[in-house]
Amino acid sequence: MRLHEYQSKEVFSDHRIPIPRGRLASTPEEAKLIAEELNDNVVLKAQVLVGGRGKAGGIRLVKSPKAAEEEASKILGNRIKDIPVRRLLVEEAVNIQQEIYFGMTVDRENGETLMIASAEGGVDIEEIARSSPEKIVRININPLLGLRDYQARNCATDIEIPHPLWRSFITIAKNFYEAYLELDATLMEINPLVITTDGRWVALDGKIIIDDNALFRHPDYVDKRDISAETPEEIEARKFGLSYIKLSGNIGCLVNGAGLAMATMDIIQHKGGQPANFLDIGGGASADKVSAALRIIMEDPQVKTILINIFGGITRCDEVAAGIRQVLEEIRTDIPFIIRLVGTNEAEGKKILADANLMTADTLQEAAEKAVALSLESVP
Amino acid sequence: MSILINGDTRLIVQGITGHEGMFHTQQMLAYGTNIVAGVTPGKGGEWVLDGKIPVFDSVNTAVEVTGATSSVIFVPARFAADAILEAVDAGIQLIVCITEGIPVKEMLFVKHVIRDRDVCLIGPNSPGIITPGIAKIGIIPGSITKKGNVGVVSRSGTLTYEVVYSLKEAGLGTSTCVGIGGDPIIGTNFINILSHFEGDSQTDVIVMIGEIGGTEEENAATYIANNMTKPVVGFIAGQAAPQNKRMGHAGAIIESGMGDAEGKIRALRNAGVQIAKYPDEIPALIKNK
Repeated sequence: MRLHEYQSKEVFSDHRIPIPRGRLASTPEEAKLIAEELNDNVVLKAQVLVGGRGKAGGIRLVKSPKAAEEEASKILGNRIKDIPVRRLLVEEAVNIQQEIYFGMTVDRENGETLMIASAEGGVDIEEIARSSPEKIVRININPLLGLRDYQARNCATDIEIPHPLWRSFITIAKNFYEAYLELDATLMEINPLVITTDGRWVALDGKIIIDDNALFRHPDYVDKRDISAETPEEIEARKFGLSYIKLSGNIGCLVNGAGLAMATMDIIQHKGGQPANFLDIGGGASADKVSAALRIIMEDPQVKTILINIFGGITRCDEVAAGIRQVLEEIRTDIPFIIRLVGTNEAEGKKILADANLMTADTLQEAAEKAVALSLESVP
Repeated sequence: MSILINGDTRLIVQGITGHEGMFHTQQMLAYGTNIVAGVTPGKGGEWVLDGKIPVFDSVNTAVEVTGATSSVIFVPARFAADAILEAVDAGIQLIVCITEGIPVKEMLFVKHVIRDRDVCLIGPNSPGIITPGIAKIGIIPGSITKKGNVGVVSRSGTLTYEVVYSLKEAGLGTSTCVGIGGDPIIGTNFINILSHFEGDSQTDVIVMIGEIGGTEEENAATYIANNMTKPVVGFIAGQAAPQNKRMGHAGAIIESGMGDAEGKIRALRNAGVQIAKYPDEIPALIKNK
């Protein structure tokens, strides 16, 4: 789960990492008031969970409280990459001497936390990684030892931080790691971390992603989850514990297991069709869960045909079939279904479906071919 | 011969009294796996499954009393890392963790603890291991496999079933099938299992099923090019997956262009691995070997 910039900055501040003065505004009047309090040039930053906010007009520098009010009224209520802006972070403008990138993430290969830094902050770190990887410093943190002073110091020297600021940089790095662990983050970055013209550190922008598997330890963030960047279907899917991602094609997919769901999308594409979604019902899904999943797919107006691919292990084919029947009894639809059931309680499942008069397939290949043929046919 | 498990495997089930644990203990027993005990803290002294299997409070006691060598874990996610560490501490040599959804931070600690120990951790988020006709540890349905000379190693669950089933339908059997798990941090990687298969006399050809995310497949490609004499056939799931969208489990995500299917397929092809375009193509590629 990704946090907003203002939430990330609250985390930094709680861990004694300096952030700019300022706070959230949800109306132009509030923005004006905060600008008056700050009594300085201020920056307005739209709080939306998408990248490239600055280029899309979501960040503005203004020189008076009145200008803050005017600009805020333009940004608030507007959309950035189709997401409505409901809140602005109003902050003091900072005089920048140097911008660096500082972050931590999971090094999957080594099973450690990776500390990443670059003397070139403020820009897209992935772009630097591609164009000039030598400008990125990577230091592994052993989970049993934690971040040691020498590692943070080496990081400081590698990105050429001036000597008088080493001590304070080490403190920031260690506080940052403490926050990273406390939040169960899988990604946390300050970009840019700036040195001001008067020689202070300020975290000017922040991004934190919390491990979804550890959210049970952070219920306050779950309550505050911002769903404005998610589709109604994705929100509905999460409610039922389904893993759903909307794609651009017209073949709806309902599969058990992430790997098999991906392979089903792959074969559809190989056979010349386009999947409308990724949907994994997980292991051991009940009939109710299956019918919820099916409803989500059927609500997508792009869907011309539906492919259901179930390999029963923990999941029972008869439960899946019962879920399908449940939906078809309630909703009349012209969308053709191609159903392939194998594994646990396959015979019972097929019997339920035979009574409902639905199209079936024995292999994944056959199912995909039939679904693709139907999806092409039904294009007007 | 087979890899990781054989007729001498003495297995305990951690979380045996839970719904999943109990169901799959029955399935494993029916398949012929030698299950010597279960562990559920607080339920020590009970006997389950018509008095066939004793339950202990700790892995330590279970090992002392029964001489268990292996463990399979069905404990809920928030307690599962602890269950792994408990098994390591009790001297279990093979730990198969079925549990999905263990926080990454917990796994970083586990990974570091097992690094210096003589223990093999499969998973977490693994469907387990099956050696057809001998034993199975985990949840892979026994009926979909048959004994043979194809070694199967995979990062996913039901996709693995799909593949071993299509092998069986094509008249091909499996020596051992290992699901290494779909999480970002796992105990045993492709390379470990490939090296086992390379040394296994029953295995003549290997099927490797990867998916998007991480660099496991790329590393395996380098290993295959330098160390493997046996032919490898591969499939990578997620060719149609968009970037920055997590496909189900925590490991399958293409981040900043890294870990996409294209790169993995290229690396494996360069290592001499034949790549199937979709799972049903795998049996034909094996028969060509």
